[in-house]
Amino acid sequence: MILTLWSSSAAVFAADRELATAVSIVGCWLLLAAAGMARPQNIRFVARLLFPLGAVASVALFCVAGGFLLSGRTPETMTIALGLPDLPFHLRLDALSAFFLMVLGLAGAGISTFAAGYFRSGEGTAPGLLGLHYHIFMASMALVMLADDAYLFLVAWETMALASYFLVTSQHRMAEIRRAGFLYLLMAHIGAVAILLGFGVMQGGGWQFTFDAMRGAALTPLRATLAFTLAMAGFGAKAGVAPAHVWLPEAHPAAPSPVSALMSGLMLKTAIYGLLRVTFDLLHVRFWQWGLAALVLGLFSGLFGAIFAAVQTDMKRLLAYSSIENVGLIVAAIGLAILFAASRMPLFAALALAAALLHVLNHSLFKSMLFLTTGSVMHATKQRSLGKLGGLIHSMPWIAAFALVATLAIAGLPPLNGFVSEWLLLQAFLFTPRLPQPFVNMLVPLGAAAMALTVALAAYVMVKFYGIVFLGRPREAALKEAHRSNWLERVGLAWLAAGCLAIGVEPQLALHAVGGVTGMLVGQTVAASPSAWRIAPIAPEQASYSGWIFLATILCVFAIAYLAVRLLTHGRARRSPPWDCGYPWQDARMQDTAEGFGQPIRLFFGSFFWMQVHLPSPADEKPSYRVHIEDRFWRALYRPVAAGVQRAADAVSFLQSGRLAIYLLFSFLTLLVLLVFAL
Amino acid sequence: MSAMAIVWQFVEVALAIALAPLFTGWIAQCRAWMQNRSAPPLTQPYRMLRKLFHKEAVLAEDASLLFRAAPYVLFGAMALAAAIIPSIVTDLPFARAADAIALIGLFATARVCQSLAAMDLGTAFGTMGARREMMIGFLAEPAILMVFFNAFLLFGTTTLTGVVDGSAAHPSLIDPGAIFAAIGFVMVLLAENARIPIDNPATHLELTMIHEAMVLEYSARHLALIEWASSLKLFNYATIGIALFLPWGIATHGASVGAVFLALAALLVKLAACGAVLALIESLSAKLRLFRAPEFLAMAFLIAVLGLLVHLLMGANACA
Repeated sequence: MILTLWSSSAAVFAADRELATAVSIVGCWLLLAAAGMARPQNIRFVARLLFPLGAVASVALFCVAGGFLLSGRTPETMTIALGLPDLPFHLRLDALSAFFLMVLGLAGAGISTFAAGYFRSGEGTAPGLLGLHYHIFMASMALVMLADDAYLFLVAWETMALASYFLVTSQHRMAEIRRAGFLYLLMAHIGAVAILLGFGVMQGGGWQFTFDAMRGAALTPLRATLAFTLAMAGFGAKAGVAPAHVWLPEAHPAAPSPVSALMSGLMLKTAIYGLLRVTFDLLHVRFWQWGLAALVLGLFSGLFGAIFAAVQTDMKRLLAYSSIENVGLIVAAIGLAILFAASRMPLFAALALAAALLHVLNHSLFKSMLFLTTGSVMHATKQRSLGKLGGLIHSMPWIAAFALVATLAIAGLPPLNGFVSEWLLLQAFLFTPRLPQPFVNMLVPLGAAAMALTVALAAYVMVKFYGIVFLGRPREAALKEAHRSNWLERVGLAWLAAGCLAIGVEPQLALHAVGGVTGMLVGQTVAASPSAWRIAPIAPEQASYSGWIFLATILCVFAIAYLAVRLLTHGRARRSPPWDCGYPWQDARMQDTAEGFGQPIRLFFGSFFWMQVHLPSPADEKPSYRVHIEDRFWRALYRPVAAGVQRAADAVSFLQSGRLAIYLLFSFLTLLVLLVFAL
Repeated sequence: MSAMAIVWQFVEVALAIALAPLFTGWIAQCRAWMQNRSAPPLTQPYRMLRKLFHKEAVLAEDASLLFRAAPYVLFGAMALAAAIIPSIVTDLPFARAADAIALIGLFATARVCQSLAAMDLGTAFGTMGARREMMIGFLAEPAILMVFFNAFLLFGTTTLTGVVDGSAAHPSLIDPGAIFAAIGFVMVLLAENARIPIDNPATHLELTMIHEAMVLEYSARHLALIEWASSLKLFNYATIGIALFLPWGIATHGASVGAVFLALAALLVKLAACGAVLALIESLSAKLRLFRAPEFLAMAFLIAVLGLLVHLLMGANACA
């Protein structure tokens, strides 16, 4: 009903239905946001009614965008006479935006459903306000993807940043959360300034800020490179590409878990969307050097994120670093796509791009799941530190099962979805020796090894995460009473888990959807499947993969082996305390800790860290062990810059005398100077 | 996909499952000979499996479902790998399910499942073993990927059946890059299968064990399945190596029954030789300290990269 109301009342002159429906869904979210303010303190109204309605809208968006993508229609455009006079909002739905909207709808539905069961009253911001920010956040992400002019894009982009800032700081009474929020806002704005400047370069002198005008603008190679650099910096800051990643490990732990899931699963992807939009759609040329730069940046970011994730002791910080790693892989894939596209190898470019897009989809699913499960764990145990968890598989079996699916998926293991995109990316790497640039064609293949290391490290990290949180024995006595999750949380997680499994065993459908985007961006699509049950991106005799066979064979052998063992042996089993080489007096504190898991990584990759280790001496009365790890970028980059800003501010602080007359004089002088310029 | 192909597919998997303990036994026998010990009989692994299957299983009190399911998953993953690797014929319907890179993924799945199961009880050794196993895993993966990269440059495919078919079509093709790749591969094989320079399958010394630390809490049928799966993993790695570097004799598409039996004979000979070489390497080398493992695997990686560079610098006479 709300949908129809909105569509009829909105000032739209639609060209076709899909875009109008998508806009209606955005409107629907805005209505839900406003509705929450009617009874802001009523948790039942906001959580049990508005959030599920938001989830329904997400499912609708998923269906509309997916349908648009699979039917392969031509782009739809629309102009809404909102905003400033003479500057109407231009909207456009094409394959690229449809794909990202589909991701938004798919993961958003699961997250909203989970959020319906997650939010409690008395946790920071009032529920109505949370609902307001949450739904505005969703709507602004959708608008970013629908925008067809720089003006609307930046309005939506800033709305997104602000809405997520308020969500991050929803527990604003804690000083560290306010600090994390400030850092996030700061980085978001530095990124936004770069994007704004990037659009300024891309308009090419015509001062037309519609994307259509930018597509037609003829830029010199230098200007195009400048535009790409600015876009890379701006979107990279939002996506968390190193060295602009520092806000991620602060903001994600600060936010409530569904918000972390939205930010990590979806908001980072809007930055990827922006990067793809600028690089492959708005700019008319691409140079291979850009691809190389993005590839190096992405691989470094990936490895950096994986290494730092391995030494974290806080669940959500670990996942935040893992997001840096995954975004790094996506950016590396985009870099590879640029490299291939600039070298006139569109098929391989399509392959790399397909890997990037599929990883966007996959990451939005499994990373959301992981953040959501940490939310359940935190609600149940009041703990976030890995050192105080353990053994939750017994008290929270459902959450443990969903977390296992997500863990195996993010670790890049077949037959789940994370593997498919990483496999496609490795396939793309295989063709890099055919690049025409000398030396590049020898060095880039080594990137495949860096990527393999990153992915394998990610598996290490996830074994650490899952093993310490859910397996083993509870490290604190209170964990045995951890209560179970509620059913809405489970439904949300089940939806996301189903997505992980479906894409893993049947990647054809996802590849088909991706094909529309690669067709639009590089003019080629990878061959989705030689037959219904397997994928072969380039040629069946070159490489193929079938998730179905993986799953079916492992399950069949499992069943046969199980039955054979049952039938042929007596199958008796006895329970006893664990043996553990016969060491008596084992307690839960003797299990391997998160620090223990970090130890080999600290040893091998010591140069990445700034580290302080405090070891006890044999004579200590109360021996303690402490290791403090810091990002080198803080010391090498951020603190000097911050100190410089502080010094500059101090230098001009004499202007700030506190007398009103002086300030009025400044205003007068400024006006005078401006008038002189104007005349 | 003919009916015959499906028959050979099942024959091949059954053969791999049946022969895997024999291969492990053969290596143990060769090692014993080289070390001047009296060797256990060749059938020792089978006897051990039989004994374990008939024992009463002892499960730790707080073992979850994950702990009990892991041996079966492990066994399933290794059987699937055996179905994909062309050890006697290349006309395998299941081989299309995965190329060599997906095989790495499959082995990683098995590794992660086993590590998670090892952490399930929260014993000190179990978690330590899991951590070390994952550590070896992330060090080995770049190296093995570079080995497969070499094969791709040579034959334009990463499917193992394609590699075997390709080398059957060009039997005289010996690439210097392939020799480097082979050395790298053997090093990875040793590391991944808990063999001597990295891990010692015959020790239960706390400070050094990796694989054994993970399976300490298993007993009876679960342990039997894990041991069987481990020997199947070694067998799989050996057949991957044979498919990549010694593919002569493997029956290609449309081969007659006689050719398949010939291929089987060739496989047995090659496996016997490989086992002897592995035993020799293990007898000649000392176990490395755990934190020397990165150096060993970095060496494997660099050797494989060297193969790649040799190939690229020599101007790529690839078939692709």
